[in-house]
Amino acid sequence: MITIRINNESHQLDVTDDMPLLWVLRDILGLTGTKYGCGVAQCGACTIHIDGIPTRACQLPVSLIGDRHITTIEAIGNTREGARIQAVWLQNQVIQCGYCQSGQIMAATALLRDNPNPTDDDIDDAMSGNICRCGTYVRIREAIHQAANNA
Amino acid sequence: MRKPRDIGAILNRRAFFRGTLAFGGGMLLSGMIPGLPGAQADTKGVFIPNAFIRIDRSGGITLIMRHAEMGQGIYTGIAMLIAEELEVDLEQVTLEAAPADPSRYTDSAAGEEVTGGSASTRDSWLPLRQAGAAARIMLVAAAASRWNVPPESCAAQHGQIIHVPTGRTLSYGDLAEEAALQKVPEKIILKDPSTFRLIGTSPQRLDTKPKSNGTAIFGMDVRVPGMKIGRIMASPIQRGRLISYDSVAARAIPGVVDIITLQDVIAVIGDHSWAAIKGLEAANPQWDSGPHAAVSTKTLMDDLRRASDRTGLVAKNTGDVDAALAACSHRIDAVYELPFLAHAALEPINTTLHIRPNGADVWVGTQVPVRARQEVANATGLPPEKIAIHNHVIGGGFGRRLDSGSIGQAARLAKQMPYPVKLFWTREEDIQQDQFRPFYYDRISAGLNKQGRIAAWKHRTTGSYVTARWAPEGLQNGLDTDTVDGAVETPYDIPVQRNESVQCEPEGLTTLWWRGVGPTHNVFVVESMMDELAHLAENDPLDFRRSMLGHSPRGLKVLNEAARKSGWGTPLPSGHGRGIALHYSFQTWAATVLEVQVTDDNAIRLVRADTAVDCGPVVFPDAVRAQIQGGLIFGLTMALYNEITVTNGRVDQSNFHDYRMMRINEAPDIRVHLVPDLSADIGGIGEVGTVAAAPALANAIFAATGHRLRKIPFLSQMAGKSA
Ligand code: FES
Ligand code: FES
Repeated sequence: MITIRINNESHQLDVTDDMPLLWVLRDILGLTGTKYGCGVAQCGACTIHIDGIPTRACQLPVSLIGDRHITTIEAIGNTREGARIQAVWLQNQVIQCGYCQSGQIMAATALLRDNPNPTDDDIDDAMSGNICRCGTYVRIREAIHQAANNA
Repeated sequence: MRKPRDIGAILNRRAFFRGTLAFGGGMLLSGMIPGLPGAQADTKGVFIPNAFIRIDRSGGITLIMRHAEMGQGIYTGIAMLIAEELEVDLEQVTLEAAPADPSRYTDSAAGEEVTGGSASTRDSWLPLRQAGAAARIMLVAAAASRWNVPPESCAAQHGQIIHVPTGRTLSYGDLAEEAALQKVPEKIILKDPSTFRLIGTSPQRLDTKPKSNGTAIFGMDVRVPGMKIGRIMASPIQRGRLISYDSVAARAIPGVVDIITLQDVIAVIGDHSWAAIKGLEAANPQWDSGPHAAVSTKTLMDDLRRASDRTGLVAKNTGDVDAALAACSHRIDAVYELPFLAHAALEPINTTLHIRPNGADVWVGTQVPVRARQEVANATGLPPEKIAIHNHVIGGGFGRRLDSGSIGQAARLAKQMPYPVKLFWTREEDIQQDQFRPFYYDRISAGLNKQGRIAAWKHRTTGSYVTARWAPEGLQNGLDTDTVDGAVETPYDIPVQRNESVQCEPEGLTTLWWRGVGPTHNVFVVESMMDELAHLAENDPLDFRRSMLGHSPRGLKVLNEAARKSGWGTPLPSGHGRGIALHYSFQTWAATVLEVQVTDDNAIRLVRADTAVDCGPVVFPDAVRAQIQGGLIFGLTMALYNEITVTNGRVDQSNFHDYRMMRINEAPDIRVHLVPDLSADIGGIGEVGTVAAAPALANAIFAATGHRLRKIPFLSQMAGKSA
């Protein structure tokens, strides 16, 4: 049995040590907002926060998490920066197909919390691990700047 | 994604509208309304005036979406069309995906229930406003009869009927039962565009809030009680067979419950995806290599090159092009090459099915629900009406989900399982088992007259005919018109022109539509060649184009607008260059100017793009901008980075490390300038942005470096050149 804390709830899991957190979230706990895009830490669709740090859930064996705290897209709106990013995402109509956007929002939330006034270079650094096949990058950049200005 | 067999139908239908209806005024129609089956009296008192609207007694207003939402914003655009005439607010409606039902949801211009060809808004523009208006007229009639007043004294607004003289109101829910008993109107007068409340505005999209908080359910996210999850792997070489696998090792993986095979496919089923992934690795399937093991990019290229020496089917022939070319003092003869491409939508292929002896449920995201249902029927022997297709929002389409073969494959596997199962492809499977955008090998020759204008133009394309597989009845005397779309009708005045098309199918690969289809292919060739000729004529690429746009005033307008907004002609830092491309695709005019910087080590930086667009009447301006921005990045990604190659029958690429996607740090600033001609026919938009990307980029790189790139992808072409 492995115990992990996700979105302020404790879960007892009967899974193998090597199971990536991604599949625990999606298949065991039904938290399907975190997406599978590549499985090899290339696309960022599976981004979650571990103690606030954006992390690729597809490459994270569940047994390595220990008592660190996981936040997923389903609960990121409970944080000040998460709610802010979600709001500017909608205002700027960033989202197209949406499949990458859980990961984009998780990455942007972490950026905004660490750096309330990111430059374009800061945005590139923080967001370039997240692929958007629909090409929403122009608006992602605008939305992050807007979130910073009005924070 | 446009089906050639439909082009005639689309054009005929539009010609009919042009001839009989004026956009500027109210539209009067009599007789049959396309797409509007009669009202269905429902015992429960639900008002279902047609296939697209359902209003229940409690006031719930449901709009049924026959087009798939894959990011293009079509759910919102279509809801705006219906709600405009139904006189409801977008906040009042709930959206529902249409089932597979050709009798109710066939797109009459396309000839089937399909989302593609940048046609959804165009094909809904009239019929879905009519659907909303018909329902509104019936609601008004119901209220008028309840109050015993003339219908003309009643008005509809915000989901209510108001009796204007007295101010009395009834909600649509209150009227549902009686409205269902009203006659479906034969004459429908649509609103004058000057009174539109919604069309032409940019409301909050209706599909995006759930996509911002993890609650949207894509096909990949479907969870059904008792469901197992399976990973599929097909033979890495087409028509190879599964010869062995390690069942013991696979079943030793915790959570593995089943191994299911077909002749050329294996699926390992588990309690969760991880068991399925690990189980398939442990199964270590072995394949015989089948008949295509010797295929490689080189053999495919040799086939294409050889085929391109043949005279092709003639798509256009005005004048004696060889004589005209021979008379030109200045001419260019060139070969352009465009690679095989994967779609690489971020949501990999997946299908969830529950197949029972007497029926089936299928949860999937598809652009072709009726084809999907037929695939399942063929696989299971069930009658189609016993198969329910539950369509979902799609994590990127780009043409991939116009094919339903993966759903048939899933059904052939799932029918061997008594329980519901989600069957998915890994990213690697999604890239390697894709159906690819064809490789095109284009020979083109063009010459100039003494005034430096084009005197003769000869263009022969060689490649796969997607239509021959996807809609063979759409071939026109054997010609796949998609292969010459954007090549036959250029924006320019060209006195002597010949277009030919040679079919050459790639051994061991299947081809499919890909965002921008024919125009993405041909506009690269045409607009690159225009640039080459401008330089040959020692003319400015903008002025060269302007001098030959006599029959394309809307083309001239977008070209001038893009040039003006981009600062065309103003000085740039050294190493920078601007490229321009103009095209008419999907009934939309667009011009793009792209500025690039090429550094001393041949790195390419995309600085900025300006696109001017005239797509006729604009339903949802912000979605138009978003589609141009995203479409351009999609095309630039391909132009810079992407090609699918083959070695020993197997696709070489497998994931985003070797099939590279543009990232935010590589994307340019993109500005979209709308210059719509409101009196024109409505144009498509979802694929328009992609079309101009490669030629604008090639022309910009030429402007910056003097290197002409005639082969995609550019990055590997740039390597080895010195700036
Ligand atoms: S799925 Fe984890 S980075 Fe792509
Ligand atoms: S919105 Fe579709 S992949 Fe980003």
